[in-house]
Amino acid sequence: MKRLLKGGHLVDPLQGIDGVRDVLLDGDRVAEVGHDLPAAEGVEVVVVPPGCVICPGFVDMHVHLREPGQEHKETIASGTAAAAAGGFTGVACMPNTQPVNDSAAVTRAILERAALAGAVRVYPIGAVSKGMKGESLSEIAELCEAGCVAISDDGRPVATALLMRRALEYAGMFNLPVIDHCEEPTLRGEGVAHEGYVASMLGLRGIPATAESIMVERDIALAEMTGSAVHIAHLSTRQALRGVWAAKARGIAVTCEVTPHHFALTDERLAAPVSYDTNLKMNPPLRERADVDAILQGLRAGTVDVIATDHAPHQRDEKHVEFDRAPFGIIGLETAVPLTLDRLVHGGVITLRRMVQLMSVNPCRILNVPGGTLRPGRPADVTIIAPSVPMTVDLSKSRSLSRNSPFDGWTLRGSVAATIVAGRTVYVNSEVPGAAAFGPAVARA
Amino acid sequence: MKAETQSATNSTSAALPADPPISANRLRRKDLVGIAELSVEEITLILDTAVAMQEIASRPIKKVPALRGKTVVNLFFEASTRTRTSFEIAEKRLSADTLNIAASTSAVVKGETLADTVRNIEAMSPDLLVVRHPSSGACHFLSRICRSGVINAGDGMHEHPTQALLDAFTIRERKGRLAGLKVAICGDLLHSRVLRSNVLLLTRMGADVWLCGPPTLVPTGFEQSGVHVTSSIDEAVEGADAVMMLRIQLERMLGGYFPSLREYFNVFGMTAERVRRARPDVLIMHPGPMNRGVEIASDVADGPYSVILDQVANGVAVRMAVLYLLSGGAEHEAVA
Amino acid sequence: MPVVMDADRMGRTLTRIAHEIVERNHGVESLALVGVRTRGVPIATRLAARLREISGQDVPVGALDITLYRDDLMHNPVGPQPLVRSTDIPFSIDDRIIVLVDDVLYTGRTVRAALDELIDFGRPRAIQLVVIVDRGHRELPVKADYVGKNLPTSRAESVSVRLLETDGCDEVIIEKIDGEDAR
Repeated sequence: MKRLLKGGHLVDPLQGIDGVRDVLLDGDRVAEVGHDLPAAEGVEVVVVPPGCVICPGFVDMHVHLREPGQEHKETIASGTAAAAAGGFTGVACMPNTQPVNDSAAVTRAILERAALAGAVRVYPIGAVSKGMKGESLSEIAELCEAGCVAISDDGRPVATALLMRRALEYAGMFNLPVIDHCEEPTLRGEGVAHEGYVASMLGLRGIPATAESIMVERDIALAEMTGSAVHIAHLSTRQALRGVWAAKARGIAVTCEVTPHHFALTDERLAAPVSYDTNLKMNPPLRERADVDAILQGLRAGTVDVIATDHAPHQRDEKHVEFDRAPFGIIGLETAVPLTLDRLVHGGVITLRRMVQLMSVNPCRILNVPGGTLRPGRPADVTIIAPSVPMTVDLSKSRSLSRNSPFDGWTLRGSVAATIVAGRTVYVNSEVPGAAAFGPAVARA
Repeated sequence: MKAETQSATNSTSAALPADPPISANRLRRKDLVGIAELSVEEITLILDTAVAMQEIASRPIKKVPALRGKTVVNLFFEASTRTRTSFEIAEKRLSADTLNIAASTSAVVKGETLADTVRNIEAMSPDLLVVRHPSSGACHFLSRICRSGVINAGDGMHEHPTQALLDAFTIRERKGRLAGLKVAICGDLLHSRVLRSNVLLLTRMGADVWLCGPPTLVPTGFEQSGVHVTSSIDEAVEGADAVMMLRIQLERMLGGYFPSLREYFNVFGMTAERVRRARPDVLIMHPGPMNRGVEIASDVADGPYSVILDQVANGVAVRMAVLYLLSGGAEHEAVA
Repeated sequence: MPVVMDADRMGRTLTRIAHEIVERNHGVESLALVGVRTRGVPIATRLAARLREISGQDVPVGALDITLYRDDLMHNPVGPQPLVRSTDIPFSIDDRIIVLVDDVLYTGRTVRAALDELIDFGRPRAIQLVVIVDRGHRELPVKADYVGKNLPTSRAESVSVRLLETDGCDEVIIEKIDGEDAR
C-alpha cells in the first residue's frame, strides 16, 4: 500500500533536510522524499495538517515493559500502546523482568509476544550478568543472536569493575553497547532521594551525586581501556556530565541519555508543598537546580546524546505507601515528547533538528538498529508531531496499565499528532486538528 | 467617682496572672504533622494554651471534661514508653477515651500495608490518631487518607513536633521569650527528628540556633535553614542560653560515623566544664532517653542547670494543648 | 448604643453588693471570691477591695476559666477552639463560702460550667453568685444571689459590661445584633 504524506515540514538531519517535503511510503519502506511528488493512481494521499512536523521515528531506548513476570504493572501490549501514543516507533526494553532476560529463550519470548501484540517495534536489551546477580557474564553471543541490541543490568549497576571490564571486552566483539545504571552501592546506601537540603529537611536518606559520578568515571576508564562503547543510562548530575564531556573530548566511546523528568523537575518539588509524593521517587532521584541547569546545557551543546524515558510502571497499590517503602520509578512514554517540546524546544534550549537527533538519530545509531532517517529504502517508521498544539496530561486516559506519574494535569505546549510503524498508522491524536488524515489507527498485527 | 484601676494590687491574692496575649489565629487544621506547616501565631497559640493546661496538673482532680466522649488512638509503629505515656496522660486529663495500639511492622511484613492497617482502625471512628512510625513522611501520608486528625508523634527522621513545642515551652517559661536567644543543639543531628522540628520552630520564633556534631552526623545543606553549623562544641556552647543534647545511639558507632563512644564523649560530650562557657542561667535540655557518659555527663544531667525533668512535665501540658486545639469546638464565646 | 449603667452607677452598685454579701454571710469569715474569666475577675477584685474597706479583712480572690467545661465545646467540630486561659485558685475551697462573680447572667450555661469546675477543686460549704446584669432568658435553673441590675432584653440584643481594666471605661451598654447569637 502506498501513502503519500503531502506538504509536511520534514526534519531529517541525516539527509540534511529541514523544510517542506513530500514523503512517499511504499508498504513498510520509504520510497521517495522530494518536492511536490506526484500522486500516482492507487496512492493514498495524506494531507499533512499545517503546523505538523514529520520526523524519522523516535526510539525510546530505556523502557521497562515488565513482561514476562510483572504483567500487573505493564505488558508488552499496553507498554507499546503507550509508546505509540507517545510518538515512539520503537522501544528498547530492559532485562529486569521475571525471569531476567539473560537467555535466548526469554529474548525470543519477548520478541514473539511483541510480534503478536506489540504496537511498535520492540528491541530487547539482554542482561550483562546471569540473573542480573553481578557474578558472571550471561551468554552474550546467544543474546545477540536472539535479537538483543545491547546489554545492561539496569535497575542495578554492573556490580564490579572486573565484571564491567569483561562485559565491555566481550560485548565489544559483537559491537553491542553496554548500558550502565551508574550508582556506587555503598555511597548510595539506603538512600531514597537526592542528598541535599530538601532530603535533609524531609528526613529522607540521601543518594549523593558522587554515587553516580564515581561510577561514570569508572565506566569511562574501562571504556578507554577496552576500546568498547559504554552508554550511561539516565544521567542526572552535573558531576557525571562533566566526566562524560571530558571523556568525549579525549575521543572515548561514551554516550549518555537523560530522562524528561531530570530536565523538567528538581528535588525542590518534594518540598513545595511537603507531600512525600511517591510519584517523585525514582532512581536516580530528582536532583538540584544546578544539575538541571547543567543538563540543559548538555542537551544543547551535544554532551547529552539521547532523551530516553526510563518508563517504569508500578501498580497504584505499590506506590500508595510510605515514601521509604515505595518502589522507584515513574512512567514516561506518553509525556516525553510534549515535555521535550514544551521545556526544551519552546524553552529555547534546543531546535527541532536537535530534538530529532536526541530522540531518533542517536538512539538508532547507538543501538545499531535501522531508523533515524527517512532516506528512501529505510523503514517507514514516522513520528509526526504538532509543536504548537497544547495538550493537558490526563493520566486517566493513559494507555499504560500504571498511573505513576507526577505530570497529571500539566498543560504542555506540543503534542504527538500521529505515529506510523512499518507504514501503518498505529496512533492518531484526535485532539490535533487535521490529524485524522493519518488514520485510522490499527493495532500492529 | 474614683475609678478603681489598680485594685488587683491590694487584694490577698496579690498577683493574679495577667491574661496571656490573645493570638489572632486559631488552629484551623485537621492534623499536626509537623512544625513546618505552623505559623508563628499557631505556635504561640499552642504554647499559650499549654500554660492553662499546666495548671490542671496541680489540681486535686487532674481532669477536665474538654474531650469527654472523644476517642484517641495511640498508634505506635515504633516502641516508645516515654512519648506514648505522655500522650496517654494528656488524653486522660482531658477525659478522652484512649486506646494504645503497638502496631508492629510485622503486620506489614505479613503483607498488610500501612494504609490498610490504619483504615481498619478508622472504621471504628476514632476522633484523633497519635502516630509514631519509622518512615519519614508516614504522617503526611496518613493525614491525606484519614478522616480523623493525625498527630505526629515522630515519623522516621523527619519531625517530632510536640517535642519541639515542649522544648520551646520550657525555654519560654524560664526565659520569658524565644527570640534572640542562643540555642545550641548537639549530637546525632543527621538522624534526629527532634532536631529538624526544633530548627524549624526556633528559627521561626527568632532564636539564634547553633548546631554541633561530628561532620559525619551533620545533614547536608542545613546552613540554608538559617542556622550556624560547627564541629566545635566550645564554639556552640559559648554564651548559650539553652543547650539541647541529642541522643547518640550505639548503632551510629557501629555504622562508622565515629570511632568510639569514648571519643565521642571527649570531643562532643556535655561536661560541667563545657557548661561553664554558657551563660550563667543556661538551660541544659535533653529529649531523652539519655546516654549518661556519652552525650552528657551524669553530673550535668542531674545538675542545677538541668531542666530535663521539667521538659517531661511540660510535655503533658503541651500535648493537652495540641489535643484540645485539634479536636474542634464552638465558633463563639459561650452564652453567659 | 444606649448606656444602661454609667461609671458612677456601677461604682455604687458594687458597693451595695458588697454590703449585701457581708450582711447575708454575717461578715466575711470563710469567704472567697472567684471571678469567671474574663470580666468576672476585675469585678471580683474590686469587690474584694470594698469588702476590705467594710470589714477590715482580706478576702482571697481567684480566677476561673470555664472554657474546658463548656457544654457547647464539641458541638461544632468544624469551627476553631475558644482560647483557653489559665485558672488560678491559690487557696483551698474546701468548706469555704465561694462567691462566684460574673458580669452578665443570661442562659445560665456559664454558671453551670463554673459550678462543675469548682466542684472538681474541692467541696465548698456554699456557692453564691454575683452578677452585674441579669438579662433573663434562662435555659437552666440558675439564679443569682446578688444582682446589680435586672435588665429585660430580647434575644436580638446583646448586653456588654465594659470595665476600666479591660475596656477603658465603666459602663453597661445594650445593642442590637444582626443574626448572630448574643454575647
